[in-house]
Amino acid sequence: MDTHPYRTTAERSDARRTQRLRFALPANATNWISVWRRNYLVWRKLAIASMFGNLADPMIYLFGLGFGLGIMVGQVDGVSYIAFLAAGTVASSVMMSASFEAMYSGFSRMHVQRTWEAIMHTPLTLGDIVVGEIVWAGSKAVLSGFAIVLVAGALGYAHYPSTLFVLPVIALAGVAFASLAMVVTALAPSYDFFMFYQTLVITPMLLLSGVFFPLAKLPEPVRQAALMLPLTHAVELIRPAMLDRPIADAPLHLAVLGAYAVVPFFVCAALFRRRMMR
Amino acid sequence: MRCHACILPFQAFPPYTYPPYLSLALFARSARLAFNAIEWGADGIDFVRNVSGSMSNTIEFCEVEKRYGERTVVDRLTFHVRTGECFGLLGPNGAGKTTTLKMLLGIAEPDAGTIALCGKAIPAHARLARQRTGVVPQFDNLDPDFTVSENLLVFGRYFGLSTSKARAMVPGLLEFARLEHKADARVSELSGGMKRRLTLARSLINDPDVLIMDEPTTGLDPQARHLIWERLRSLLARGKTLLLTTHFMEEAERLCDRLCIIDEGRKIAEGAPDELIESEIGCEVIEVYGASPAALRDELTPLAARTEISGETLFCYVNDAGPINARLEGRPGLRYLHRPANLEDVFLRLTGREMQD
Repeated sequence: MDTHPYRTTAERSDARRTQRLRFALPANATNWISVWRRNYLVWRKLAIASMFGNLADPMIYLFGLGFGLGIMVGQVDGVSYIAFLAAGTVASSVMMSASFEAMYSGFSRMHVQRTWEAIMHTPLTLGDIVVGEIVWAGSKAVLSGFAIVLVAGALGYAHYPSTLFVLPVIALAGVAFASLAMVVTALAPSYDFFMFYQTLVITPMLLLSGVFFPLAKLPEPVRQAALMLPLTHAVELIRPAMLDRPIADAPLHLAVLGAYAVVPFFVCAALFRRRMMR
Repeated sequence: MRCHACILPFQAFPPYTYPPYLSLALFARSARLAFNAIEWGADGIDFVRNVSGSMSNTIEFCEVEKRYGERTVVDRLTFHVRTGECFGLLGPNGAGKTTTLKMLLGIAEPDAGTIALCGKAIPAHARLARQRTGVVPQFDNLDPDFTVSENLLVFGRYFGLSTSKARAMVPGLLEFARLEHKADARVSELSGGMKRRLTLARSLINDPDVLIMDEPTTGLDPQARHLIWERLRSLLARGKTLLLTTHFMEEAERLCDRLCIIDEGRKIAEGAPDELIESEIGCEVIEVYGASPAALRDELTPLAARTEISGETLFCYVNDAGPINARLEGRPGLRYLHRPANLEDVFLRLTGREMQD
């Protein structure tokens, strides 16, 4: 077997560099489904406990802050505070579920249980695994977001049928947050590392994206910075839909969420390749 | 008749036609070389390789190098595994065995060299090769949330097996692994030997042609180890090709038809186990320990063909063990063992150190 003597060293390393990333990308459009299904089967065994965990936190915020602050604050942006907050809570629960599933559970599977190593020994590539994990975290986010929508609807804070538009937005936002959190998982040496992302990204995003209070009253630089965050755009799509109002700049918000779903995927594909395929 | 047969070719191809035919042949040869060399993309090259490569070699590993920064982990390693044989990579910890297997499966990329597995070039067509391959890794990576049967089922889906097909394979695999009574047990309830058997059964879910194993019996008790060896021999009898890495010379001697000894990424010996032992050592060994090795060496060297010290033990290589046995018998505080030579001695001979570190 010859070793391509015609190639110079520079040509060979260039060809190898592009070749390398190819092996960390998905091999086809359907391989990720077996990874998703594996995660689904595990979840099914512990479904009740898992859903309780996903729902309890947002519910406490919704009722505690909604009723408690609502008494003091009165009408916000034309509706009662709890109706205002319910829409924001849908978006924030999507972010929390997707991020935590991608970070903590994804890290367990990758590093502690070495499940990803086992799957890499099959015809699946690393890209298939990452796509499957991201879509799974997005699925969990859809589940928790949808549950909050149901609760809000039962209490009368979600208008029908405009709330149906929320479901595809939840799916897109779930995948976007999962994609972002996967980048953190690719860099994490241990579970403690996730505290950085939680404290420096998730909590500020939660407070600055219009979940708890409208953005219009914030100073201009802060508002501009908030417009770069994905949660802001998710809230701008979900809240009008739930309150039966027209959505302003829907293509812009969808495009930003889409970019947050796609670009971090390529970043984490490269990071995972460096971590697992050296 | 014979004269006519001799004359006829010369009549059909008189000498003045030789230059054109010769130049045509030379042109065809250079065209073939150029075809090989032109970058048609991975598919074109591998089509040529598939057609021209030898199908009697399941694994071809040629001049492969892997460097991590300044450290060369695999240094121009070359070996070939024939279809249906058991090939061993024997070497101490840190010799580059696991890195070699990762490169073979297309998970890590080599810095130089060519690799082919099941006739497919790696890493270009690694996915296709992995479809026909089963892997038993060094550290268990079973799904702790699933039962034994569910582990097999889920793994089968990664290979594209439908649920019904995978479910049909499960009883046979459980029987192979002697885990029928544990079909619905959680993985956390299994012992180490059972987990390794389950991993072995899992690697067979896609009915592979090649089985690649990284230290299959490390960490197991002797009973579990013998059971795994017996299962591996039955796989060989079914015609599968086995590649295993190990640092147990007993495992290599028992299972491998041929093996290759690796140290610090370099191949230092290759061949069938008994041939290697015969050619490198060729005699019996007496191990002596319990007293100062240097003093014993001075005493016993005249009686032995060769002596070697490693740690606290003196190895005496003898054609006739009688004199040394007589000299050492009854000496207090000394323990000695007279045994045939093994691969441990071969490694010691070639590197000056013992394999078990």
